[in-house]
Amino acid sequence: MKPVPFDYIRPQSIHETCALLAQDAEARVIAGGQSLVPMLAMRLARPTRLVDILRLPELADVKQSGDSIVIGATTRQAAAERDPLIAAKLPLLAKVFPWVGHPATRRRGTIGGSVAHADPSAEIPLVALTLDADIIVRDVKGETSIKASEFFLGPMVTAIPQGSLLTAIRFPVWPQQCVGTGFHEVNARHSDFAFVCAAAQIALDDAGRCTACAVGIGGLGEYPVRLNDAAEALVGSDLGDEAIADAVATSMARLDIWGDLHASADYRRRTGGVLVRRAMSDARLTATARRQ
Amino acid sequence: MSTAPRHLRYVSTNRRVREDRRFVAGKGQFAADVKAANMLHVALVPSPHPAARIVAIDTKAALALPGVHYVLGGDELAGATDQLMNGLDTPQVRRFPLAVNQTRYVGEWVAAIVADTRAIAEDAAELVEVTYEPLPFVIDPEEALKADAPTVHPPHGSNVLLDRTFVWGDVERDFADSPKHLSFRVVWGRSSTVPVETFGITAAWDPWRELLDVWASIQMPKYADQIARALRLPANAVRVHQDIDVGGSYGVKRGIKHTVLCGYLSRRLGRPVRLIEDRLENMRAGDAHGPDRIFDVSLAFNDDGVIRSMKMRALDNAGAYAGRAPFQLGKPIGAIVGPYKIQSVEYRAQSVTTNKAVQEAVRGFGQSPTNYAIESAIDKVAAALNLYRVEVRRRNFIRKEEFPYLIPSGTRYDSGDYHTVVAKVLDHVEFKGLQAERDKIRQSGQLAGIGVAACLEPSGGNSSFEPLLNPKNTTSTWMESCRIHVDALGDIVTTVNTTSSGQGHETLVATVIGEILEIDPDKIRVVRPDSLESMPSNSPVGSRMAIMLGGAAFHAAQKLKQKLVAIAAHQFGAREDSVVYSNGGAATAQGDRRLSWLDLVTIAHRNWHLLPPGFEPGLETNHVYQVPTGGMLPTPDGRVQMYPCHSFEFHVVLLAIDPELGAPKIKRYVIGHDCGTVINPHIVKGMTLGGIAHGIGAALFEEFVYDDQGQMITQTFMDYLLPSSLEVPEVEIVHHCTPSPFTVLGQKGSGESGYLGAPAAISSAVNDALAPLGISVAKLPIRIAALGDAIAAARERASLRAAL
Amino acid sequence: MKVELSINGETRTAEVEPRKTLLDCLRDDFGLTGSHVGCEHGVCGACTVLLDGEPARSCLIFAVQADGYDITTIEGIAPAPGELSVIQDAFCEMHGMQCGYCTPGMVLTATALLRDNPQPTRQDIVEAISGNICRCTGYGQIVEAIALAAERLALANAPKNVPKAGTR
Repeated sequence: MKPVPFDYIRPQSIHETCALLAQDAEARVIAGGQSLVPMLAMRLARPTRLVDILRLPELADVKQSGDSIVIGATTRQAAAERDPLIAAKLPLLAKVFPWVGHPATRRRGTIGGSVAHADPSAEIPLVALTLDADIIVRDVKGETSIKASEFFLGPMVTAIPQGSLLTAIRFPVWPQQCVGTGFHEVNARHSDFAFVCAAAQIALDDAGRCTACAVGIGGLGEYPVRLNDAAEALVGSDLGDEAIADAVATSMARLDIWGDLHASADYRRRTGGVLVRRAMSDARLTATARRQ
Repeated sequence: MSTAPRHLRYVSTNRRVREDRRFVAGKGQFAADVKAANMLHVALVPSPHPAARIVAIDTKAALALPGVHYVLGGDELAGATDQLMNGLDTPQVRRFPLAVNQTRYVGEWVAAIVADTRAIAEDAAELVEVTYEPLPFVIDPEEALKADAPTVHPPHGSNVLLDRTFVWGDVERDFADSPKHLSFRVVWGRSSTVPVETFGITAAWDPWRELLDVWASIQMPKYADQIARALRLPANAVRVHQDIDVGGSYGVKRGIKHTVLCGYLSRRLGRPVRLIEDRLENMRAGDAHGPDRIFDVSLAFNDDGVIRSMKMRALDNAGAYAGRAPFQLGKPIGAIVGPYKIQSVEYRAQSVTTNKAVQEAVRGFGQSPTNYAIESAIDKVAAALNLYRVEVRRRNFIRKEEFPYLIPSGTRYDSGDYHTVVAKVLDHVEFKGLQAERDKIRQSGQLAGIGVAACLEPSGGNSSFEPLLNPKNTTSTWMESCRIHVDALGDIVTTVNTTSSGQGHETLVATVIGEILEIDPDKIRVVRPDSLESMPSNSPVGSRMAIMLGGAAFHAAQKLKQKLVAIAAHQFGAREDSVVYSNGGAATAQGDRRLSWLDLVTIAHRNWHLLPPGFEPGLETNHVYQVPTGGMLPTPDGRVQMYPCHSFEFHVVLLAIDPELGAPKIKRYVIGHDCGTVINPHIVKGMTLGGIAHGIGAALFEEFVYDDQGQMITQTFMDYLLPSSLEVPEVEIVHHCTPSPFTVLGQKGSGESGYLGAPAAISSAVNDALAPLGISVAKLPIRIAALGDAIAAARERASLRAAL
Repeated sequence: MKVELSINGETRTAEVEPRKTLLDCLRDDFGLTGSHVGCEHGVCGACTVLLDGEPARSCLIFAVQADGYDITTIEGIAPAPGELSVIQDAFCEMHGMQCGYCTPGMVLTATALLRDNPQPTRQDIVEAISGNICRCTGYGQIVEAIALAAERLALANAPKNVPKAGTR
């Protein structure tokens, strides 16, 4: 299991990185390498060149920018896990880290790497999608952003244009007082990619009615999906168990769901509903707790 | 028979395991750590088809790559070597390291590349162009039995390697006389031991000495002989370096084809050649898969739960070549009734070839699947009669006073006290409390179950299954040896004549010799001679080394002690039986004269004039130890003494299942374990805990899965799931010691402990949890999603019924 | 490409292909064979080394990426030839291994854990080693060894013999 031969280059700036990527369509960006290197070892990825961005200093920041938190692409998962700003402002993201690989892979693995790798059942992309984060990409001409809802195109396929670099992810911070979050996952072993995982974030008003709702689910098919119609249906409700179950069932009925060695399509559909319900229930509980 | 010292100083004490020091420092010497000058590296071209004719192999592009030295195809290798040995008499099931004309499973080696580095060899492997003509294939063993099934080896005439029915006792009468009967099927999915180290080997042919040096991560009886035979070399031209540390094996590190391949290439190219399997090669074509079985079982029993007779059919999917897979149906014959007094048995053992990868010996050599089938049967009897599962076991157990106990298939069990072990475990877990805990979990909305399993670990590794299943094989010894040498300064060197893969053999021999000679084991040097300098060994298979290496060391030490006593008696002018040996020295009965260890050693090494007449100078003894109770060939009706010793284990598991997700969680795990006299408690504990973890893997996670296209879809550790520390619970061990009357210190084997009962126990727990839903699972591994689907279907049926 | 690496406190250089992992480089170029090859795809943890004191899989980083880190391999853990660290000694005391193949990774992981968390609970230990597969022991004696090491380190206040985490 040795990779194909490739060149290695460590550019000194984002601009230089983009220029390198623009020159060579077969070049691949590497940062923490925790997802890419196994693909290289199995020769499933066969780049001509690895462009190493891990040490570009401006990519590893976590900062508040207006009503969002911007997480630099090379922020280590372990660093994000410990980051007080993320813990305070992005509780949904903070919740998933214990599910991302092992401590040893989180120390090397990056936030941007996980999003760019786009495994359909990975946790960090699911959170980005659920919150409809902006994926910020740069090319030699400048910076643009892609909505997470338009970013994940298939297993390990994203909307990053050729010649562009994912530099950061801008997660919206909800302004409401009573925000609650929930995340649930089922897998064979704790550290594996999920068979199915579900994330939910809600806000409640003083009366306990839902004023905002975001629900996402991973592992069902080619990319994680956001249950927009379920979320819409639940806004304005008091998030009763039945309301949640109905909204989720209706929303999921439209999804195309796959089965594989580890779990049948039926299993994924059923547990998808269960996990969303549990995530919503946790979200309701945490939001309610903040109300008191 | 046993002449054990009365007071044990070193045996059974919590002494450190001497091997550990080098490992914690990273100073083990594993196969991949060997570096030979001018060494070349091998990578392999795998077959993408489950069955295909090889039309052509174009090696031009591969050979043109800089750094590539050679590309070897199956024709050349088959022309220059003899086919690999089959266990059974199946000469038309021909196997060579590289496929010849045809491939028979996905991943099978089609060509070997030799290059300056492994990376270059892999680059070149991609450049070898093989033209295939796909052939019909068969994956399912029941399909493979059908008359119109594609035959994996057409010259053999069918896919059947073995189909033999044994009848021990009057089965039909017992069935006719019994008031109750039941039948069922359980399936054991194909898994294996999957050591963290893959198989690795370096072979170096020295043309000037005409000697093939081999460094390999091997655990295999008669390895050097098999290599020599296939390479058409005299056996004394193959030197296996047995001081290599093996990074886990539990049976599978056999590597015959790897070694023949590298041995041939080294001779062909005149340079050392090494092949370290990568994980993909290991998983798909390492010849290292385990049993893959369907059991159909029928029982005849009384109203009180006493089982009178059993019919068992075991159909094993051997994979593409014969190997030792069929023998893994033979070994369980030595404990075919488990710990129970079943008076008659019909056993049909069927082994068929299919287009899956090849099996090799796996921990327990077929016993764990068989135990799973037997224990499933006991649970079903309990369910049928509405009796407690433990009670049914108690009613059927062989009683302590009935040992040695002859089972219908010809093995005499050595000793045991099953009722006491079970009582101790139930007491330890407070069984009523455990049931209350289960019920509490159930009330909280989860499913919960208690699993129980009782089983035997036949130990002392004999090979009686060989003559039993292959009449041309007349092997009746499976000896193990030990040599002790004392140098002129009085320091002791002893030998282990095989490799180790974590069993602590160096600690074992030092402990036993220290015990007999009454000398601190830490002062004893243990070496592993190469195969040319070694005494006969059959390697650590069949849970045998405590018994066999321990036995050899014991006798070699007794002989040494006897020599010292004789030397002393000669000096004292006394009779040998009046001399008192203690702490390495010898004294007269009155204690008026005493010679120290060094005095005696000096006489042996330097004072010919003081030696008793006829004594050889120097101080060395050796002993070749025959398997206790072994030595007989099978009777014509298929009865044979299989292994000498039978350790006992009793598992109790509490497990909860999330009913919506199907995810099981082990809440408590207790095992009662009786392996007779324990030589090193640390080692036995580790074996037991490790065996349970491995059994949890087989029960819940691990499987080599083939899709309907014959592709193996679990080639990496992302799909073949090994339990991590998060999946293995803290295990409580309840000890008991029933010494074996057949061994030197009363010891029995423990190398397979835990693993032999854990899958049955987990399955029992899951089925207890599912019982309220009226369903059960009958296939291992029990995948979360399959469990979830079954629970959902049962609940749906129940709600439909409720609605009616 | 030429790489200059800081390994166990020494600067070492080698000429490597970019595709060579740190693991292969440690083993082939520097003879540090205590780091073991298990899966080469980041699951088993047999290749664990410390990068700036943090456990990392050396099969998932290329040698050309590894400059600038303080790399600690198992060979850098023993205080002197023939002398064991407290953690290594505890592994021997409890027989926290069998075949020894996963052991270096376990020892390194435990070394980092006990530096950061001197009084770990059983669950802390179990989680810390969950990325290191052991096929022999079922983990029980490994967990016991780490717990014993924690106890002894607390009593002895002995130096933990690991480099401090670097700035990166």
